[in-house]
Parts: sequence; C-alpha cells; structure tokens
Amino acid sequence: MDTHPVYAPPPVIEPGHTFNTVTEQIAGIVLTRRHPYSWFFGVFVGFMGTMMLLMAITWLLIKGTGIWGVNIPVGWGFAIINFVWWIGIGHAGTLISAILLLLKQDWRTSINRFAEAMTLFAVVCAGLFPLIHTGRPWLAAYWLLPYPNTMGVWPQFRSPLIWDVFAVSTYLTVSLMFWYVGLIPDLATLRDRAKSIYVRRLFGMLALGWRGAARHWERYEEAYLLLAGLSTPLVLSVHTVVSFDFTIGIIPGWHSTIFPPYFVAGAIYAGFAMVLTLAVPLRVLYHLEDFLTLRHLENMGKVMLVTGLIVAYGYVFEAFFGWYSSNQYEQFMIYNRMFGPYWPFYWSLILCNIVMPQLLWKKRIRTSPAMLFFISMFVNVGMWLERFEIVVTSLHRDFLPSSWGMYWPTRWDLMTFFGTIALFTMLFFLFIRVLPMISIFEMRTMVPAAKVKGAKAH
Amino acid sequence: MDQITSASALYGVMAEFEDPTSLVEAARRTYNEGYRRFEAYSPYPIHEVFDAMHIRDKRVSLFVLLGGLTGMFTGIGLQVWVSAIAYPLNIAGRPYLSWPMFVPVTFELTILFGAFAAVFGMLGLNGLPMPYHPVFNVERFTAHASQDRFFLAIEATDAKFDRAATRTFLQGLGAKDINDVEE
Repeated sequence: MDTHPVYAPPPVIEPGHTFNTVTEQIAGIVLTRRHPYSWFFGVFVGFMGTMMLLMAITWLLIKGTGIWGVNIPVGWGFAIINFVWWIGIGHAGTLISAILLLLKQDWRTSINRFAEAMTLFAVVCAGLFPLIHTGRPWLAAYWLLPYPNTMGVWPQFRSPLIWDVFAVSTYLTVSLMFWYVGLIPDLATLRDRAKSIYVRRLFGMLALGWRGAARHWERYEEAYLLLAGLSTPLVLSVHTVVSFDFTIGIIPGWHSTIFPPYFVAGAIYAGFAMVLTLAVPLRVLYHLEDFLTLRHLENMGKVMLVTGLIVAYGYVFEAFFGWYSSNQYEQFMIYNRMFGPYWPFYWSLILCNIVMPQLLWKKRIRTSPAMLFFISMFVNVGMWLERFEIVVTSLHRDFLPSSWGMYWPTRWDLMTFFGTIALFTMLFFLFIRVLPMISIFEMRTMVPAAKVKGAKAH
Repeated sequence: MDQITSASALYGVMAEFEDPTSLVEAARRTYNEGYRRFEAYSPYPIHEVFDAMHIRDKRVSLFVLLGGLTGMFTGIGLQVWVSAIAYPLNIAGRPYLSWPMFVPVTFELTILFGAFAAVFGMLGLNGLPMPYHPVFNVERFTAHASQDRFFLAIEATDAKFDRAATRTFLQGLGAKDINDVEE
C-alpha cells in the first residue's frame, strides 16, 4: 500500500490558536476593540441612505404609486425586481448555515454567523417592497393575511402572491430563530466577559441563563440539526415560490418550467457573491485572516462558479425553448430581449453573470481576495440585471403591439432601491458592532485542544 | 473564594478541569461510581461527554414531528375551510377543493410549526430562560465555564451525595480546583 499522506484540505483555522485566543479575538471586537474609522463611515453612509429611503416611502404613501415608473403594460417594476434580488441574496446565508451543516462542511463555521445576519437583513429589505408596492400598505392586512374581518373577505389561496406571503414570512421567522439559537452560547460568553454591569445584564438577558450543561448541549445540538433540516427544504421552497409569481402567469418569458431550479441557483449565486462582498473587507478590517482563511474564500469562489454555470444553463435553455416552442410570442420575446430596446441590459447581464465568473476557473484568481471581490461585484450587478430582464422585457412587449410600452424608473424608484442598500449596510455594520460576527463556540471546536484524546472520530 | 456562610444551603460540589479529555474521563467515572444527579459544563458541545453520562433525549425530535404535523393540518384545514366553506368563489366552474394549489402554504406552515417546536421545545426542556442558577455563585465558573474551562458538578440531592466523600472522590478525578456550590 502506498503510504503517502492523502490530500487533506488546509485547516479552517490557522494553527496556534487556543480556546482563549479564539474567544478573545472574536468577543473582543464587540467588547473591547476600537472600531476602525471605516465603521463609523459605513454606519454614517448607511444612516443617511436609510433616511433617504424613509423619505421616498413617505412620499409614496402621500402620493401613491404614481410617483414610480410603473405603467401599463409594465405594471411590475422596481418593487418586484428588488424584492426578488434581495430575497435571493438572503439564500446564501441559509445555504451556508443549514445545507453545509448537514453536509458536514466544517469550513462553514467561520462564515455562518454573518451570512445568517446577511440573510435576515436581506429579507428585511426584500419584505419592504411587497409591503409598500401598492402605496397603500394598510390594505395589505386583509388582502394577504387570513383573519376574520368585518367584510367577510378571505385571501385567495390559489394565488402565488399569497404563497409568497407565507413563504417569505416563514423564511424570516425561521431564519431569525436559527440565528438566535446559534447565538445563545456566544451571548453567554459575552455576558461572562463583559466588564460593565449594564452590558453584562443585557447580554445576560439575551443569553437566557445559558450555562453550557451537557444535557442542554445535547438537546441544543439536536434542535439545531433539526432546524437545519427544516431550513434546507424551506430555502429551496422560498425561491421556488418566488418563481411561481412569474411562472403561473401566461406572459411570454415567464410561463416556463425551468424557472424554479434556475431561480434557486441564481439566488445562491447572488447570495455567495454578497457573502464575498462582505467577507473580503471584513477579514482585513477586523484582522480575521486566521478564521476567514483563503480556503474559505476559495470555496465560496467555487460555489459561485458552479451556481453561475447552472444559471448560464438556465439562460441557454430559456433562449433555446423560446426558439424551439415555435410560438411567435416566445420567439419574439427572446429576440426582443437580445436586440430590442433593452439590449444593453441583456448583454451586460451576460457579461456580468456568465463571462466574468469564468475567471474563477483559475486557482490564482480564486485565492486572490481582491479579484474575488471584483468578480462578486459583477455578479451582484448581474443578478439584479437578470431580475430586471425577466420582469421588464417580458411585460413591455407582449401579445398586442398596440399595447406595447417602455419602462424607466423614476428618481423615487432609484431612491427606494439605493435606500434599501443603505439600510442593509447600516444594519450589517451595527450587527458587527454589537454581536459576535463569527460563532465563537463553534470556532472552539475547531481548535486542536478541543479534541478528546483517545476518542473515535465522530 | 471558597467562603461558605452558614445561612446558605449547599447545591453541590463542583470540580474544574483543564481539558476536555479529563472532563470526559471524570464524567464516565462519576457515572460509574453511581452518581446520577450531576452535570458536566463545557464551553462547546462534547459528544463524548454525552456518551459518558448516558444522555439520550430524543424528545426534541418528537416535538418537531408533532409541530410539523400540527402545521400541516393547520395549513390544509385553513385553506379548505376558506376556499370551500367560508368564502367559495365559483370561477368558471373550477373545483373549490383545488388541492394542488394548497401545497405551498401547507408546506410552509409545516416548516414554521416544526421550527417553533424545535426552538421552544429545546428551550422548554432545558428550562430556559432561567434568571438564576446556583452554579454561577462559583466565581471560577462564571469567569471560565463559557470560555475555556470544563466543570463537573455533583448535586447535593443525589442519593449518593456526601459532602466530604464526594469532595474526595472529585479530587481523585484529577480536578484542578474544587468548590462548594451555594444554593
């Protein structure tokens, strides 16, 4: 037998760490470390943008959706584009925390906490759009929620828009619980390390009196695993339901069976791009190179490449079926996408989502944080363009040429969209200030000293 | 550190260990010695400790199953009742009980109720939130249990518990430090 050591992946934590250094370094960011100036800058920019968002929403509530660019035939504009884009971004967080946990990918440990936070904030931004898209959010109560009201009216359960309500609110609730359950032991660590009595009381209340008893850990791990098992089909169902919003309609370019898998792959693609967009600056700013190693970045690059190829497959087959259907409306839709008035959007989408990520085939690029950041930015933009393409180019020229039209966003559309990016930025910066952005107790299990000697590997 | 005032009752005796291997060994020997009301504390989950203490609680899974089923029946019941009884809409003679269209909401509610059962079941069985617990009266515990040290506490309510004998027993396990835990 060949006795050469088989290939072992590099460790998920740099050598030389102990329980204390891990705890110290991650908890220190919250409790003791001075934050870099870029933190204040980020919060400030995010706060200003959030104010802009609030202004745009206020004006919307006063005037109604007339201030937006939506019209007939393009009745669905920025609101749904941004909703789908944001909810897709959220999917990577759940994928990392749930699916990679079930697959026993231990490298997820360093990134799952902030990826889950990213999920929550992305879903918050996404949820805003369905809420405000009518300009009259208070009516949504009886349109969407099944509760006994004085009018005796109930929601239509055969509509994918109602499925969306259930899918997205379940997703937000389950993601929040998953994230919080994961935080409990770390909150206990922060409670025990806090110097100030107020900080200790605050973390103490949030930690629920966690004391790390073995009987608790056993149930905790079981509950966590079950949550992961529940979140996995959930995350796949959410974007499937989102794609039903389109596929149930008979508009050319929407009524297609390829949508659910292609939406889910696109969501994971967009989400990993956003995780990289956040991880690359974070590891430099907070000196987390030991925990967020090049191996993590490279793996995320690989996931991005694979999901990007699935998305590319979706584009190819969308075009192929458009042609193969022999349906003139479908054929025209594809032609119109590529060479119609929105052609620059289509070809930039191909550049961002298919051409640029091919750079990731090269290991040198996958292990270069700057290049990964650069490519992830392209994917972020590309996925937004994809949603724009799907929504706008399908609607603006459908069956009757006499009812064709064009869609351009107004400044209020743009302010709302960039406002949610700012809201996301602000929430994320506040999160890294007040909660540990890497799971401390899971990092402890990665430390060499955590191994029980003489035990069978689990 | 080790002061005991006469007014306070004794919760148990607590030993401190430096590494997970000693904790697993201590837990195994404590169990084999006949102690049952004792608890191991660690800053991260250690599966070998569960085995050593013979911990096997599958109730959380059962709760999740029951929660999921409740969610499923809630979903089906709600949609059938709304669509066929409370607010039937005849649209071109299509059936009221169009069950394939009820699948997504039923699925989501199954997941939602299952997840609630997992989280609240776990917290409930663990007795959390718990604002006060005697183990936090030990200073070493508060300072290290959630960070880098491993503890094992034998409770005074255990049938085999004897203040002096238990203390000696814990010393024999190679504990770095032994403390009485006040109630």
